[in-house]
Amino acid sequence: MKRQEMQVAALENGTVIDHIPSEKLFQVVNLLNLDSVGTPVTIGFNLKSKKMGTKGIIKVADKFFTDEELNQLSVIAPNVTLSIIRDYEVVEKKEVNMPQELTAIVRCPNPKCITNNEPMSTRFHVLDKTRGLLQCHYCNREVTLEQVKLV
Amino acid sequence: MENNSLVTIAKFSREKILYLIDMAREFEKSPNRKLLEGRVVATLFFEPSTRTRLSFETAANRLGARVIGFADPKVTSNTKGETLKDTIMMVSNYADVIVMRHFLEGAAQYASEVSPIPILNAGDGANQHPSQTMLDLFTIYQTQGKLDGLNIYLVGDLKYGRTVHSLLTAMRHFSPTFHFIAPDELAMPKYYKMYCREHGIKYVEHKDFDADTISDADILYMTRVQRERFTDLMEYERVKDLYLLKRDMLSKARPNMKILHPLPRVNEIEYSIDETPYAYYFQQARNGLYARQALICDALGITLDDVRNDKTIIA
Repeated sequence: MKRQEMQVAALENGTVIDHIPSEKLFQVVNLLNLDSVGTPVTIGFNLKSKKMGTKGIIKVADKFFTDEELNQLSVIAPNVTLSIIRDYEVVEKKEVNMPQELTAIVRCPNPKCITNNEPMSTRFHVLDKTRGLLQCHYCNREVTLEQVKLV
Repeated sequence: MENNSLVTIAKFSREKILYLIDMAREFEKSPNRKLLEGRVVATLFFEPSTRTRLSFETAANRLGARVIGFADPKVTSNTKGETLKDTIMMVSNYADVIVMRHFLEGAAQYASEVSPIPILNAGDGANQHPSQTMLDLFTIYQTQGKLDGLNIYLVGDLKYGRTVHSLLTAMRHFSPTFHFIAPDELAMPKYYKMYCREHGIKYVEHKDFDADTISDADILYMTRVQRERFTDLMEYERVKDLYLLKRDMLSKARPNMKILHPLPRVNEIEYSIDETPYAYYFQQARNGLYARQALICDALGITLDDVRNDKTIIA
């Protein structure tokens, strides 16, 4: 890679989340609670991308997320590229996998569901990963990812 | 902490259903006992439901338990903004089992997760009402001598009718053939037809509701077609009288055929049918007592053997 083309500075140690759809960037920021991270975070928004037109990128220095944390991204940006960086080198690439269960990530769209009326975590079972079909653990309503909002 | 709670009938295996029916049969023989003497049953009704509450409270009382609780949420702290969890935690300090009716869907599941004592779901919104299904299963068994291989006709509101959906789910263990008779607006949802196909349950859909259509029925399960369920009131006016059961429609019925209804009935079963041997809805309602006695005992860890060897029967 030619250094002069890089739009965001390289990372010594940490995690790079690349190829985030621009419109999903800030949702990813929220989902990973990056506002409470103490180490340097670089956020690139509306960067040029050959594959995607524009994209977002997040570089979090000195922070290595658990698979559980990263898999939460499957709800909003399942096709991001995850790179683990140590000493300026990519030492591992990871894929986002949708977990069997989503806890406290999305809200149930059923207004009569207990989760919308009680201070508690939501919980969904993933019925079909490819179609993004979920079922509320509490009210049993089946919903697709397009129908749900983040908590 | 899911302990011995009953949230949905769907979790029950074939064996568990037959076991609870056996227990209910014991209570049918001798409903009055002191088996639960010294125990406290709480009935928390966040939504009024007189018949379900009376049935549960009678079940507890006839087994010698004491009953605490409320019949109307207006008198509870719920109206002061107390959370469900707090109410459950408070009551669980006093009672051995909680029977709960709630207007919110999923309330029973949540209560069962936070409660240190068992929760019996007495209805959570449009979601589940497992004690109704248990009494339906017991009634079907009682009238037919078996649950396997029956022709079960579901009539009326098959879209919103929570009882017919739960019955269908529970019957998957018993190779039934279902027959769906409903107006288009209230037809059995696709989800449940898919469920039937996935579980190898045979089903037939009918447009007509007449003597020929129901001549093969072992069970005719009637439900009420409610005006408020229709978006198109013209449509309601057109179909409202098509799903009423009239006495002359029973002319070709099988001798073992029984008519069930979760009650309350309005006009969907002609009153003169009450005198025929096919009418079984009042016995069905009484079976709610025995089925709920079995469910309360099961939640409290009392086994079928305990019930059979019970020395506390009051003659």
